[in-house]
Amino acid sequence: MSDELIALTAAEAAARVRAGELDPSELFRAYRDRAAADGLNAFTWVADEIPAPAASDTPLGGVPVAVKDLFCTQGVPSQAGSRILEGYRPPYSATVVEKLSAGGAPLLGKTNQDEFAMGSSNENSGFGPVLNPWDRTRVPGGSSGGSAAAVAAGLAPWAIGTDTGGSIRQPAALCGIVGLKPTYGACSRYGMIAFASSLDQAGPLARNVTDAALLFSQMVGRDRRDSTSVEFPGAVTLPKAEDLKGVRLGVPEELTGPEGGVEEGVRRAFDATLELAQSLGAEVETCRLPHAPHALSAYYLIAPAEASANLARFDGVRYGLRADGDADLLTMYSRTRAVGFGPEVKRRIMLGTYALSSGYYEAYYGTALKVRTRISEDFKAVFSSFDVLVTPTSPWVAFPLGAKTDDPLAMYLNDFCTVPMPLAGIPAVSIPCGLSEGLPVGFQLAGPAFSENRMLDVAYALEGAIGFDGSPARAGANGGQPS
Amino acid sequence: MSGVEYEPVIGLEIHVQLKTATKMFCGCRTSFGEEPNTHTCPVCLGLPGALPVTNERAVQFGMMIGLAFGCEIAERSLFHRKNYFYPDSPKGYQISQYDVPLCLGGQLGDVRIHRVHLEEDAAKLNHVSSSGRIHGADRSWVDFNRCGTPLVEVVTEPDIRSPEQAREWLVVLRETLRQIGVSDVNMAEGSLRCDANVSVRPEGTSELGTKTELKNMNSFAFLERGIKAEIERQVGLLHGGEKVVQETLHFDPTTESLTPLRSKEEAHDYRYFPEPDLVPLLATEEMLTAAREALPAELPTQRAERFERELGLPAPRARELAFRADLAAYFERTLAALDGGDAGAVEVANWIPQVVARIGSEADPGSSRVTPESLAELVGLVSGRQVSRDAAREVLDVLVQSGGSPKQIVEERGLGAISDGLQEAVDRAIAADPEAAQQVREGNQKALGPLVGAVMRETKGRADGGEVRRLILERLGS
Repeated sequence: MSDELIALTAAEAAARVRAGELDPSELFRAYRDRAAADGLNAFTWVADEIPAPAASDTPLGGVPVAVKDLFCTQGVPSQAGSRILEGYRPPYSATVVEKLSAGGAPLLGKTNQDEFAMGSSNENSGFGPVLNPWDRTRVPGGSSGGSAAAVAAGLAPWAIGTDTGGSIRQPAALCGIVGLKPTYGACSRYGMIAFASSLDQAGPLARNVTDAALLFSQMVGRDRRDSTSVEFPGAVTLPKAEDLKGVRLGVPEELTGPEGGVEEGVRRAFDATLELAQSLGAEVETCRLPHAPHALSAYYLIAPAEASANLARFDGVRYGLRADGDADLLTMYSRTRAVGFGPEVKRRIMLGTYALSSGYYEAYYGTALKVRTRISEDFKAVFSSFDVLVTPTSPWVAFPLGAKTDDPLAMYLNDFCTVPMPLAGIPAVSIPCGLSEGLPVGFQLAGPAFSENRMLDVAYALEGAIGFDGSPARAGANGGQPS
Repeated sequence: MSGVEYEPVIGLEIHVQLKTATKMFCGCRTSFGEEPNTHTCPVCLGLPGALPVTNERAVQFGMMIGLAFGCEIAERSLFHRKNYFYPDSPKGYQISQYDVPLCLGGQLGDVRIHRVHLEEDAAKLNHVSSSGRIHGADRSWVDFNRCGTPLVEVVTEPDIRSPEQAREWLVVLRETLRQIGVSDVNMAEGSLRCDANVSVRPEGTSELGTKTELKNMNSFAFLERGIKAEIERQVGLLHGGEKVVQETLHFDPTTESLTPLRSKEEAHDYRYFPEPDLVPLLATEEMLTAAREALPAELPTQRAERFERELGLPAPRARELAFRADLAAYFERTLAALDGGDAGAVEVANWIPQVVARIGSEADPGSSRVTPESLAELVGLVSGRQVSRDAAREVLDVLVQSGGSPKQIVEERGLGAISDGLQEAVDRAIAADPEAAQQVREGNQKALGPLVGAVMRETKGRADGGEVRRLILERLGS
């Protein structure tokens, strides 16, 4: 019985609940049991109790949602994947979490992630790595690895994560699901434990584009408590495009050429999808984003710089871990942060501090900001001739655990195709477009600011034509045991 | 080098707490002296995930201050993060303004303003030690009630040339800000804090010497003494052939000693960068108009200038009256009640300190028993020579005690000026002291003193002193 429930998409389940055909408590219990038996380490916390049923005709229909660890959830451990916040239970909830609850999606659990959203493999978590449900010897991607793995494995119907340089899209690609990074400012950041303030955005991870759009529709909105949030112009619509007639797709040479190191199998799946797009009526042409090759360098200066300030508050004084509390102030600060932070976090704090230092600011951070402006301008120029840009989401499929942990720069290259969009503040989505050596390949679409409706429509049409089957990952989730 | 005369060059850095209802970046109430940690929220506690939202009223107050000083209000200004670790800074950075502040330039009195900007206050540390200071404390408590209170930082150009001038100017600043209504400006409560940058240079030169920063002078008296002590210390060093080192010093008023807090090598690199959680601050026409309209019609410096220019008051007296709203009001009401009006301004102005001396310097003369009308009447009696100055002071004593009408008091107590028999009294005094009389004839004005004194004694102080002098001089033909 519960296998049937798990097989429903979130939108389908919500429709049944609203029609009175499905008891939301039963749905919740089915997922809660699967989440509690999680063999992928995708969850850091699972709800004990089944919540009292909400009003039956909410937009999200009582379909439970998994929430990335870094979203403050009142009274629930919210640790951002870090030991320095182990056991921290905030006195308030993030705006987006409140909106989902008000929209009718009860909290299923908190998902594992790379520490403070820094990583592309979920191997930087203070609570152990997450395993890819397609192949448990491989990474699910990161930093929203837990959310992606949970959705792919059918441990959660849908989830929310955050994307700063690709942290929703890349794990979605590696796990064969849909992940959307909205326009910067579309969703409130209030209550999201910050990594890089000018880049972070909350977004949905789901089995298909319709589910992603539905979840997204409840997440958007200007929040008085977030000065950088903006009202989404108009309503978020559910996609329905059947074809791509008249849609102009641009393929940026700089992101799809040899610099990105795109794997053969990924290249094949990407090209095949382009052909599918053409068969649906789209015009597909190459285009130029001249400053895109510098996006990774700019990103790895801007993000760590902002992070070095955002993470300064973890000092052992008011909350979280405090080490050597009886020693002098400097010792307490140093020991707390030495013990509480993992190596990648320390690396980025040091990098960011250096980039902002007196004498170096102009050469590093200052220059990165200028490159960022150029990248924005490149996108604006290109969108005058194209509706949507397309690239592979990740240059390669899921790699083995430990394969890239020795070389931070090799790990950073995961983000080559995903990093330009957050720098420009524009939305982008990854959809599964095929398999390579049995592992999912992600196809990325990007559009101008606030063009999510059209971008998701294009994604939806392609998704229908691609016909990707994600069920193997759900079947293999709990070692193949039916619940 | 000994023997060289040095002149001090002083600039002030002032922090003013704004008396807005809520904090700079969150909706918590601003407060003072309340139970610790009772006005906090995720934002001012720096909890993970919290975000700042700019306080509109604080921006308006900042603009009002800028307009009052004649500053340029930036069309677009930025908030920056000022990064440093200390337990009173919960985020590990303070949101402040850096190279694009709200206001640049301006002037107050004879001191130019360099800049005015907005920032948030830190938490309050309470050190558990016998002195309450950090030395010897084995633990400290942090009270976040104050954390996030809106602050305006005012930085002057180094235009101040003496400790006295520093103190006087700070009084002007305080009075101006109080009258604008943006702050309680109470040094004892911490809503007005002042640091000084002090250097010296050989008199007549224009290059700046090495400056030191003096902190923790939390009263006007300490400010003056601290600056004085530092000037002496620097001059002493230079006279002894040594150099002044750039450092931050803490002034201890009980010992008059200056202790280094941190030296240049330990100076912080604050790694300023634009605050990504806030959008740039645009000063719209509406905001500027609202700020202008919220300012009082006349600022203390403007009023002082008007008193000088239009009423002929000497500058020190003009400032004395202009810089207290209650004194200014009392003065102007008295003038309005005076026959002859503004023509008697200087005379009235000289009587106000007499009232103040009798009722106490903190009291508002407008609430005393000496009504403006009665003071005007008294001034009129003196000008009309119907009462001597000495007698008038007696009348004032009575007015302060029990109010009433000066004319009545003069009659009841027989304090009227004596003009009958004055000529005879003058003649008697001259006859009694021929040496003094001869001195006066020879042009020695000082010898008038004993002669006037004799007449005043005889008339029991009820003669008009000026009239007595006139008669004596007339009689002695000089």
